[in-house]
Amino acid sequence: MSNGARIDALLAGPVRAINIGLAGFARDLAACGAEVAQVDWAPPAGGKPELLAALERLAAMESAIAAANQAVIERVLAAEPVLAGVHRADELIPALAERRLVLHTGPPLGWREMCGPLRGAVCGALVFEGWAADLTAAERLAASGEIAFSPNHHHGAVGPMTGITTRSMPLLVVENRVGLAKGGGNRAFCALNEGLGKVMRFGGNDAEVLARLAWLRDEFGPLLGRALELAGGIALGPLIARGLAMGDEMHQRNVACTSLFLRAIAPSMAAGGGPLEKAFAFIAGNDQFFLNIAMAMGKSMLDPARGVAGSTIVTAMSRNGTEFGIRVAGTGERWFTAPVEMPQGLFFPGFSAADANPDIGDSAILEAVGLGAFAMAAAPAVAGFIGAGGFADALAYTRAMAEIAVARNPRWTIPALEFSGTATGIDVRRVIETGIAPAINTGIAHRRAGVGQVGAGVARAPLACFEQALLALGDAAGR
Amino acid sequence: MPLVVNRVEQGRYLDSVALMRVSRRLEALPGVLGAAVMIGTPSNRALMRDAGLLAAEGQAAGPNDLVIAVLAQDAAAGRAALDFALQSMHEKDKGSTATFARARSLGGALESLAQANLALISVPGEYAAREARRALERGLHVMLFSDNVPLEAEVELKRLAGEKGLLMMGPDCGTALIAGTPVAFANAVPRGDIGIVSASGTGLQEVSSLIARLGGGVSHGIGVGGRDLDERVGALATLAALEALDQDESTAKIIVISKPPSPAVARRVLERVKRLHKPSEVCFLGSKEPGLARTLTDVSERATGKKIAPFRSRLKKGKRRAVGLFCGGTLCAEAELIFGGRRGHRFIDLGDDEFTRGRPHPMIEPELRNEHIAAALKDPRVGLLLVDVVLGYGSHENPAAVLAQNDLSSKVVIASVTGTDGDPQGYSRQVAILRSAGVVVAPSSARAAELAASLVS
Repeated sequence: MSNGARIDALLAGPVRAINIGLAGFARDLAACGAEVAQVDWAPPAGGKPELLAALERLAAMESAIAAANQAVIERVLAAEPVLAGVHRADELIPALAERRLVLHTGPPLGWREMCGPLRGAVCGALVFEGWAADLTAAERLAASGEIAFSPNHHHGAVGPMTGITTRSMPLLVVENRVGLAKGGGNRAFCALNEGLGKVMRFGGNDAEVLARLAWLRDEFGPLLGRALELAGGIALGPLIARGLAMGDEMHQRNVACTSLFLRAIAPSMAAGGGPLEKAFAFIAGNDQFFLNIAMAMGKSMLDPARGVAGSTIVTAMSRNGTEFGIRVAGTGERWFTAPVEMPQGLFFPGFSAADANPDIGDSAILEAVGLGAFAMAAAPAVAGFIGAGGFADALAYTRAMAEIAVARNPRWTIPALEFSGTATGIDVRRVIETGIAPAINTGIAHRRAGVGQVGAGVARAPLACFEQALLALGDAAGR
Repeated sequence: MPLVVNRVEQGRYLDSVALMRVSRRLEALPGVLGAAVMIGTPSNRALMRDAGLLAAEGQAAGPNDLVIAVLAQDAAAGRAALDFALQSMHEKDKGSTATFARARSLGGALESLAQANLALISVPGEYAAREARRALERGLHVMLFSDNVPLEAEVELKRLAGEKGLLMMGPDCGTALIAGTPVAFANAVPRGDIGIVSASGTGLQEVSSLIARLGGGVSHGIGVGGRDLDERVGALATLAALEALDQDESTAKIIVISKPPSPAVARRVLERVKRLHKPSEVCFLGSKEPGLARTLTDVSERATGKKIAPFRSRLKKGKRRAVGLFCGGTLCAEAELIFGGRRGHRFIDLGDDEFTRGRPHPMIEPELRNEHIAAALKDPRVGLLLVDVVLGYGSHENPAAVLAQNDLSSKVVIASVTGTDGDPQGYSRQVAILRSAGVVVAPSSARAAELAASLVS
């Protein structure tokens, strides 16, 4: 285009303005009939000089970073996740067979740093595995140093809330089958969802909780695993696409996907046989059954992006109830952590914010892959958790999350946003520039061990995690 | 004596989130000690029982029923809470009613307005160049309202805009009229065939308003920022704007307005003006160059081919000291020029950095000028006060009334009003307010200064 031609296009009108700064100008432009969008500006990076310097260093390498991020996005969007089976954890994760190891949610931490519900779940698991006779003995054992702790994420796994994984638990296996024929492909695991109320993922550990886990291990897990093998696996990408159109965001609301999954697996369950009535009732009675499948899917999609040099895209977000941790493609295995925040939300009768445990769970993998709060506009029913609670708020959340993501997933679209794709690929740089912390739809556990879920709401990822990640990326760029 | 009241709505389903919100609102009611609204599943009933909220009625509810459970101080509070719960479940949420999309970043705003063609930027000066560069890189024309932008950054931005064929208006550009749309501090001016390039915001406002009041109209008013005709910037934006207006089909005549540029830049601009295909008028305030318009009024009259109606005042000439207190910097400079170096008179631009650091501009908040006006009115040595009132978008909603808060009848007060009847404040309404306060309102800024100059010895 020749110089001047573009100015002619402006003068031909009409003015369509982006107003960055004083909102009064936007109001006047709108009053004059001009189309206008307002940028509620704040100093980038909160005006912190060291962060601005890191952003500048990274800006100097923009084309290399953009290429790395593009490679990450291609890997994530090319994924073909399939729920393939259910197996005992120690068959999938050799380390669990080698020693008395307990896998947990979030970045690494020791027994002493663990919050109430995480300790409660650990103790329940020690009894469940027969390593301790009762909860009191379990607590002594956990504190003794004879039990090893390690994050799920370090073993290809994720788990909701406390996310406790031990050797005999049945795990869902999601295979990312892209490139499988050429020796590629990767797997991710997640425990089975136990249902609502008093459950181990919320720190529950009494006899009822352990009995349910035993049933999952001995009866339901093998039954579902057999059905999945007979079915040749259930492709998850298309199922998620339909769930989004039916009002799920896959984190707080999984009622559509659970129903779709049950419909898809029912014939194979019937063919596989076994005590079906109880198995069907278990899936049908738990709107969140699909949550754990979605989480393993998210992990299987994001893991191939880990270690893409130069990329500023987040590959995992997770919380252990004490610290929030993120991993970034360009920095590989490293966690950037900061103290977790309190979720804001609504509480079951008899409970209040005073009972709430700080943010916890590997389930933020869903937001990292573009679901949960990033897809809130698909799930108006979830909007109430965010305070004022109108549908407009759900739209605002999803739009805000889109500002910190570099791509849109063309396979997963949101009807209420003109079928635009879910925001995918959180860019550390954009989080810092805009000051928009990723939002996470979450359940809320009681702060004491053994009580269970007390509410649900929205939490924010602490900006401090992203600040550290940015500085590390900036240092790497400076070298 | 506190009591538990339950009500069961059969066959009623509401999303659990909606129900939790109703519960929370119930708990806030006077006389309510606890409340829950839930579907009557066994686990929910157990929750309500544990919370001491379940009565026999609720105990009998099933999974397709809705249970409203309240622990109230007395029966009346309980009944009121049940009624409130039923009522709030029928309510619909009010959506937000913003008339334009809001975002936190340029990228976010572009998602909702993908066809945007202009970025209007008013952020602190130290960040302004960064935002402007990003907007240019996204292919947007830029109007940079911010000041305190380093000169080197201005040159870099204008060069980048030039490479991309984009318009870079500013920094320190307060006014533009693009295709009939007033942008930032600008007036409601009818569209017409006169195109304006201006290095002065209030200069552009005065000239476009005068053109409107003379019956003409403006195709575009392009602001270029106060430093564009500085030697080091070299009129990059002015030359680009002249080129665009020369090609623009809606423009038949072209006006250039600036405070005196450096001689070399003035030459370059005047040479370019000479080569325009369209008739043009230039006002470089204070320039001695022959053929140029002397005042903002002069250039407006030349461009429209019409004269402002003769204006007379019955005031007698006397030995007075004049004080000019201005909101518009260019209007202040014009008045000073018209006084032609006569000594003993003072002209103050209250929009200057010295007065606006940490405070709003007097066009936005004219009350800030009142302390200076009150002081001048009290000063026995001051015999005449000259003021400007600038209307339009961005300006205060009723600046004449703010001015009239002073007792203006004790001295000779001469004012000009920059604006049109289409402005939110209304030119005629503002003039009437000033006249009834005893102010002599001249038909233009130059006429006001000329009258003032004729009344002092």
